[in-house]
Amino acid sequence: MSGYRLSTGGRIDRSRPLAFSFDGQGYQGFAGDSLASALVASGVTLFGRSFKYHRPRGLVGMGPEEPNALVSVDRGPARITPNLRAPQVALHEGLMAKSQNRWPSLKFDVAALNDVFGALFPAGFYNKTFMWPRSAWEHLYEPVIRQLAGLGDSPVARDPDHYDATYAHCDVLVVGGGMAGIAAALDAAAQGGRVFLIDEQDELGGGALSDLAQWADLNALKDRLAAAANVTVLTRTVAFGYYHQNFIGATQYLTDHLAPAQADGPRERLWRIRAGEVVLAQGAIERPLVFHGNDVPGVMLASAGRTLALRYGVAVGQAVVVMAAHDSGWRDALALAQAGVTVAAIIDVRGVVSADLADAARIAGIAVHIGSAITAVHGRHAVKGVTFAAGGTGRGARLACDAVLMAGGWTPSVHLWSHAKGSLVWNDAWGAYLPGTAIENCRAVGACAGAWDMGTGAITAVLPNRRDVRAQKAFVDFQNDVKARDIHLAVQEGMRSIEHIKRYTTNGMATDQGKTSNLNGLQIASAALGRPVAEIGLTTFRPPYSPQTFGALMGHHKDALFQPVRKSPIDDWAREQRAVFENVSNWRRARYFPVGGEDMEAAVLRECAAVRNAVGMFDASTLGKIEVVGPDAAEFLNRMYTNPWKGLAPGRCRYGLLLREDGFIMDDGVSARMADDRFHLTTTTGGAARVLGMMEDYLQTEWADLDVWLTSTTEQWAVIAVQGPRARDVIAPLVSGIDLSAEAFPHMAVREGTIAGVPTRLFRVSFTGELGFEINVPASAGRAVWEAIHTAGHAFGIVPYGTETMHVLRAEKGFIIVGQDTDGTMTPFDMGLDWAVGKKKPDFVGKRSLARPDMSAPGRKQFIGLLTEDAQELLEEGAQVVADPDLPIPMPMIGHVTSSYRSAALGRTVALAVIADGRARIGQTIFVPMPGKVIRATVTEPMFYDAQGSRLNA
Amino acid sequence: MILIHCPYCEEDRPEVEFTYGGEAHIARPADPAALNDREWETYLYIRRNPRGPHAERWRHAHGCARFFNAVRDTVTDRFEVTYKTGEARPGDAK
Repeated sequence: MSGYRLSTGGRIDRSRPLAFSFDGQGYQGFAGDSLASALVASGVTLFGRSFKYHRPRGLVGMGPEEPNALVSVDRGPARITPNLRAPQVALHEGLMAKSQNRWPSLKFDVAALNDVFGALFPAGFYNKTFMWPRSAWEHLYEPVIRQLAGLGDSPVARDPDHYDATYAHCDVLVVGGGMAGIAAALDAAAQGGRVFLIDEQDELGGGALSDLAQWADLNALKDRLAAAANVTVLTRTVAFGYYHQNFIGATQYLTDHLAPAQADGPRERLWRIRAGEVVLAQGAIERPLVFHGNDVPGVMLASAGRTLALRYGVAVGQAVVVMAAHDSGWRDALALAQAGVTVAAIIDVRGVVSADLADAARIAGIAVHIGSAITAVHGRHAVKGVTFAAGGTGRGARLACDAVLMAGGWTPSVHLWSHAKGSLVWNDAWGAYLPGTAIENCRAVGACAGAWDMGTGAITAVLPNRRDVRAQKAFVDFQNDVKARDIHLAVQEGMRSIEHIKRYTTNGMATDQGKTSNLNGLQIASAALGRPVAEIGLTTFRPPYSPQTFGALMGHHKDALFQPVRKSPIDDWAREQRAVFENVSNWRRARYFPVGGEDMEAAVLRECAAVRNAVGMFDASTLGKIEVVGPDAAEFLNRMYTNPWKGLAPGRCRYGLLLREDGFIMDDGVSARMADDRFHLTTTTGGAARVLGMMEDYLQTEWADLDVWLTSTTEQWAVIAVQGPRARDVIAPLVSGIDLSAEAFPHMAVREGTIAGVPTRLFRVSFTGELGFEINVPASAGRAVWEAIHTAGHAFGIVPYGTETMHVLRAEKGFIIVGQDTDGTMTPFDMGLDWAVGKKKPDFVGKRSLARPDMSAPGRKQFIGLLTEDAQELLEEGAQVVADPDLPIPMPMIGHVTSSYRSAALGRTVALAVIADGRARIGQTIFVPMPGKVIRATVTEPMFYDAQGSRLNA
Repeated sequence: MILIHCPYCEEDRPEVEFTYGGEAHIARPADPAALNDREWETYLYIRRNPRGPHAERWRHAHGCARFFNAVRDTVTDRFEVTYKTGEARPGDAK
């Protein structure tokens, strides 16, 4: 193919030349060009290499269906976008595009050897070949396949662009701005409602842009649109998905058509549009013909040749051959001839063609070969000629040409219609599926509804050829390199459903989602199976209609807006103290407070020692809190938790264990009875919303007769834990209205009074094993009270500590963390929490499940402690535990390490684990195999410090 | 984005305000201890999973926070009706 710019014609602006580059070479086009039209006008034939065989490939279509001409566009650092379809890339000054999937260059591609050995790579090759050995996947198969196959490279740097997102509501949404869509929008606008018209091209008009005869009408309609105040027109906007209740997702491309220096504002905008009625006017896509050599660069759709000539003023070649099975090919040939393009011949596989067309061709001086088919295409990087033969089998004749246009008929674009679960009906005249019955308030108009005069055509599977189909390079899916013979092979190997044939051959599974290949694949499968197409069905269309960027889908939801960060009232103080933070569910929590150049290990050892020897303070505000109020509050909690609650006296606290109905631990926390009808519940930090939801569920749907109200108070209370032997001394001067003595205020009690002048619910509880208080004050006073305690504690050596120290201290005492030491399959018995289960209660959530035999069967994992033989060896959390490290791999694993820390109090490491029959293994040695070594450890009780609890009760 | 009618708020609201709660009309047994293991398993795990209309629980979590029931067609995802907790499935002769 040696395309060139026609001297006149097209909708380009010849007064505005634009310089651009492709694979580093400079070219020139005009304003209004696409990258594809400008390259064809410059004589470029070769656009890319195919996915599997690395065959040289050229342009096929001039719209979203383009399978071959995929390019990467470079808009500067971190702004390289791969896999863009060249016909849809608007030309701008300085555009830099590169071809893909070739090495070292487009003209000379090493991997094209795949093509020479193509017989070795049939359908299912990957499934069959790269099976064994498994380890070879990681080191050999995957890296090599990734190097050779694949399309463009993903950008690796952070995307610097902004993406906008918005909602819109309208009475009528029209998708597709061709003549039918514009007419539908004007009709709707006349009814007075709000109308949206969206179209993916730079300019409204669709197919009419490539049809001179329609330009005047088009201009008139556009003027009427512009005058209609109730119509919003969005061009460069792709409706990519049609969701429930007329909800359409669309991406508007705002800056990619501009030179980077001119691009201002967001790059793309995601529209989420809810419409009263949706009108689909998406038009139709031309089908290629399947014949030997149909992928040689220069073989393209007839509609592409027409668009290049009439919209862009570009001739696809010096001598063009049209291979038709449809009238539209004749019309295109005539339009090309009229535009000044030399049409060497029309070859039509049909035996009879309408006299009108035949006459018109004769008058235009075009040679016509009826009842014939191309049997070979000559040339590798560009078409040099074709051989065609009567009936595909007769004595062939060679014809010199540099472009071949295929007219295989038209496939209505029913993508969005199918997203909306509208039915499809096979239509013999179109050789395609047409919209049937809609579920949503939706209708199709124009070509996508089958309501457009494209002429008539013959349905062909593969053009007739003397060669066996297995010896033909007759491509069905250009992008995934699927040939007709692959579909025959799939049928031969037993595939019957089109869904199986699709997956086995990958026909229609590339980024173009089979826009040009689905129907041809279906016809070939139908012929191979000897069953009508309608019986074979059609693969399902799913969003997106064409590839979309993650940026558009994310919109503003990135960086700080990716997800909310919850901060406690003491967060600012911690930040001022240069705390190191960690995220716990959505909360940001201080992990440790380094002093000087301390690393985490040093800081945590110091913080732990301070709590054990003097006093520490900890921000526990993130604990979930629920206020449970009402005459039936105690009865309700009694049914929810494993523990008995009715006998709990006001002023006392209890550790509560919450199961799911399946008997597994869901949450835990210490809760207090403030009055007969009022409880202050606490939950884990991450579990608060889940627990409240579960309790509401039971309250609303199972026990609606209970008079109880649940209120989330997590963010209403700041919670300051003061823990350590000097805890009482620190807070005593600040507290009034509460007798803090051990006799008057024992462990697991709650009192109300004031601290630093602020009302408080003062809990005497401990998650450290030391004398401790958890001071609840209104969140607004949290920081002031925290600072008052910090000041008062100075004389006692008070140290703020973070979540890491909290974890270590609780682990030394064997207190579990739900979700770390448990994993959703642990019962109270597994965790050694039998004492928390009310044996006399007739029922509670999960009780019946605990009675299942499996829940107490031998072999269950049980919670235990581990002490490594080397006291300084720190186990890895998550490490697998085995009973015998000498067994062959894969050796049986009996459990895993759930918590592991360096203990300052013990001067060694400690760990918690769940292992099969763990309690029976206490005193035994188990093994933790790690890379390069096996760690020995002794199984112990999960309690490493002050087993009697004398410090706790001080 | 489905619009779901909350029978308490009496408004159609976007699905992101709601959470799904599994099959509806499965009452927790009054005396779980009276059930044998097979019966308890049936209560706990066995669900109809129909192709077509399905009575199921939803919660207007980011709204009134109430649980309610809905009949949704599992083929089309269409909500046929929503109704308050405790009410019989519309169309059921109860």
